[in-house]
Amino acid sequence: MASKKRAVPEINAGSMADIAFLLLIFFLVTTTMDVDKGLLVKLPPWTEEQNEEQDIKEKNIFVVLVNAQDQLLIEEEYATLEDVRRLTKEFIDNNGDGACEDCRGLRDPASSDNPGKAVISLQNDRGTSYNTFVKVRNELLGAYTELRNELATRKYGRDYESLNESDKEEVNTVYPQFISEAEPVQIGG
Amino acid sequence: MALIKKKKKAETPPLSTASLPDIVFMLLFFFMVTTTMREVTLLVKLKKPQATEIQKLERKDLTTYIYVGAPKNAELGSEPRIQLADQLASVSDVQQWVILQRESINEAERPKFTVSIKADVDAKMGLISDIKQELRKAQALKLSYSANPAASTEELYKAY
Repeated sequence: MASKKRAVPEINAGSMADIAFLLLIFFLVTTTMDVDKGLLVKLPPWTEEQNEEQDIKEKNIFVVLVNAQDQLLIEEEYATLEDVRRLTKEFIDNNGDGACEDCRGLRDPASSDNPGKAVISLQNDRGTSYNTFVKVRNELLGAYTELRNELATRKYGRDYESLNESDKEEVNTVYPQFISEAEPVQIGG
Repeated sequence: MALIKKKKKAETPPLSTASLPDIVFMLLFFFMVTTTMREVTLLVKLKKPQATEIQKLERKDLTTYIYVGAPKNAELGSEPRIQLADQLASVSDVQQWVILQRESINEAERPKFTVSIKADVDAKMGLISDIKQELRKAQALKLSYSANPAASTEELYKAY
């Protein structure tokens, strides 16, 4: 009897799915899709002289002080975090000289001339906590965002974020963003 | 002879699972490609602050991270420290390091170079400001204060 050639048994592919599942679950678990998010800020270029004096009228500067106890002083008055956004908006939108046609401000002569001239100055102590600083910074940015949103809604009937680039540009020229972060000093405490 | 076909009972055919491995493989490749293993081991305790006005950092390859927080190793004290890449560093190292990081990216994209400060909520602004000064000296002016999204502003007020 001639011996039959033994056939090579086929590899069972039934467990392939299990192996693939195992790998899949491993990658599912290890994957981190963390997108880094944060408050985007532009720093001023480095200059040797520390106190560059600029000719800005006192009334066009909105001073927000945060001391080492994380207390707030806005335009020389005590304030809480809730106030920051409202006060900042009032200040930016004030439009004292009437140069800004799209503003709805109070036109208080003692406050800022127009949004193009208004500068926010955020000053903090070396002992201020990072948490508070970020929150205040967030409120200041929020004030600008709200003003831009309101203008976008009035003009285009849409949110600022949904505008196209040229319309955004136009809104930005009405409300340009000037937030300065001063170097920390010992404010006390 | 007439062959009378028996009417077969209408049975639902069993679902073929032959394509299951393909589907699973497809998912597998997707996750294999998108997965990023954590590149750095955090040596500092990090609890990021919350904020609402945050923006996504578009290009990870153009971003450099600076971690600030109290060291996990209790022997090093509880004072917040700076972590650059895989080691703790001091303020004076920041400038050099940031310049090196910027050198390593494509020249055309250098203007988009961003530094992201991932600092702990308990860090003090003195240290953060020192870092900011170093960044200004290094001409790395695009900065992001890394934060977690907060549901609403009321939530922020409450914690304050």
